[in-house]
Amino acid sequence: MSHTAAPADSKTATRGGGNKPQHNKGKMSSAAIARRNFLHGVAFITPNFLGFVFLMLIPVCVLFYIANTRWSAFGSPVWTGITNWKRLLHDDVFKDAFWNTIYYSVVHIPLTLIIAFGLAVLLNSKLKGRAFFRTVAFFPYITSIVAVAQVWNMLFDAKTGVINQFLGIFTDNLPGWLGSTTWAMPAVIIVATWREAGYFMILLLAGLQTIPSELYEAAELDGANAWQRFWKVTVPCMRPTLFFVMVTLTIGSFKILDLTLVMTNGGPGTSTLVLAQYVYRVAFERSDFGYASTVSMVLFALCMIITLIQFWYNNAKEK
Amino acid sequence: MTAQTAYPNAVSSADVPFNKKPTSPAKIIGTVIGYVAMIACSLFVLLPFIWMTLASVKPNNEVFMVPMKWLPSVWHWENYVNIWSDSNMLTWVGNTVFFAICVTFLQVFTGSFAAYGFSKVKFRGRNVLFLIYIATLAVPWQAYMIPQFKILSAIGLSDTRWSIILLQAFGAFGVFMMKQFYDTIPEELSEAARLDGLSEFGIYRRIVLPLSGPSIAALGIITFTNTWNDYMGPLIYLRSPNLYTIQLGLKTFISQNSADYAMIMTGSVMSVLPILVVFLIGQKQFIEGIATSGMKG
Repeated sequence: MSHTAAPADSKTATRGGGNKPQHNKGKMSSAAIARRNFLHGVAFITPNFLGFVFLMLIPVCVLFYIANTRWSAFGSPVWTGITNWKRLLHDDVFKDAFWNTIYYSVVHIPLTLIIAFGLAVLLNSKLKGRAFFRTVAFFPYITSIVAVAQVWNMLFDAKTGVINQFLGIFTDNLPGWLGSTTWAMPAVIIVATWREAGYFMILLLAGLQTIPSELYEAAELDGANAWQRFWKVTVPCMRPTLFFVMVTLTIGSFKILDLTLVMTNGGPGTSTLVLAQYVYRVAFERSDFGYASTVSMVLFALCMIITLIQFWYNNAKEK
Repeated sequence: MTAQTAYPNAVSSADVPFNKKPTSPAKIIGTVIGYVAMIACSLFVLLPFIWMTLASVKPNNEVFMVPMKWLPSVWHWENYVNIWSDSNMLTWVGNTVFFAICVTFLQVFTGSFAAYGFSKVKFRGRNVLFLIYIATLAVPWQAYMIPQFKILSAIGLSDTRWSIILLQAFGAFGVFMMKQFYDTIPEELSEAARLDGLSEFGIYRRIVLPLSGPSIAALGIITFTNTWNDYMGPLIYLRSPNLYTIQLGLKTFISQNSADYAMIMTGSVMSVLPILVVFLIGQKQFIEGIATSGMKG
């Protein structure tokens, strides 16, 4: 995330430079000021930083160790080197979980992005009632996953659910949804998209509103049609927002857990078992904490790699 | 913030009367498509909630009726009274409110405090520290939940109220969001106060904090909602039923009464309703807070 920190750096540099002469005129030496500022800064950050180190940084570091150990419910971890990694390579359930995660992400990310972008463009127009629509579209994101999953489970019921009763008007070949290995994942993706599109819509809308309308007017005068204006004005201006949205959306898709856990519990079979849920299952249902950490490492690495690739791509495009 | 968002609107509404062009048919069709899309999406988003609410007052055998009926033949409003005695709803709500208030208080306090340090005090190592904060926003909790659980268990905090409070209260998100806001407060303000002899803490309390009402409200509402809705944390850490939160309680209730559809929907409505109220009251802060800094997910 060096990208977001870079502007902050330059800002402090100019501020620091501007203030220095002022401070030198004062009574304290610049070394004393630096020391005083350091103490003050640390004092402000400490309450949050302690929690942050203890609950996040240390666990992340410890993860690298546990991933190479055997650790059951009782006792302490025993170092086993690469044994866990070998086991990973021959673990068919892990492979299923891995590919399910990829499947979920590859469908969910573009689908959500397109819908959210479309809605954001819609909301950026002068249509009446858009404030109401913004509230409505955002609402699923803040509702509890348990209630939402339960309602959709009932709606998706293969025989008596509302959705299949509706689809039955058009076709006799009805999908089995959550009872079918083919249709369970699409059902999960539909619910996830329904839930998250409104959130990304808000982010994208905020980006759209920062684009000066003069740019569109200039492009229109130059004879650009709506399609060209979208690709030549909107998309380049939206790059920082799109970058943030893509990173959030990708990580969010890789770590999907509570939705599948409540909606399908990974089933039927392993058809909706995703990586994070496999971690949960191995760790908290089978108490195999060492191997579960190895699977966590894969999830961790996946998120890091994709984030770095998106960084690199974004930087390359900005040059 | 409001000034920022109001500005483009002011410009666009001001130039309308002068260069009003005759509306082309393409534009009218576009507007019609826009409204149709908006109404269709609203329906798609709202129908599950409407169905949920209606199902919660239906007789049990009408929930899955073929062909489906939207309205119940008899309205069972008493479900909303019975749920309190049929389940431990009162305990769950009490626990959840307690957790949400503690977490929100801690997150707002430590988050705004640290954000002040990162934004307004210049000290060596600040940028490196902040970079670490930002970097961890990309690490999903699911990846380190095991070592975190093991550490908290080792010091005897699992299955206590502390586990849930600690789990949620120190997120990097709050620091990030408050820093975004503090960066917009002009440096001259705190510089002037410093010259007047106010201590750093005095500047934070008397100058910066009073200015940050809207962002603190935003952070508070977002944190409250996240804690209320969290399912995984309580699922992993809480074993004793008397500590259950509403999400965990609702899930248990669903698995124990799997055929009592109307009651399940009543419980679901109960778990969504308070957040709906919070959201409707604070939606301006909520949405603006998210638009400026994203949201922990």
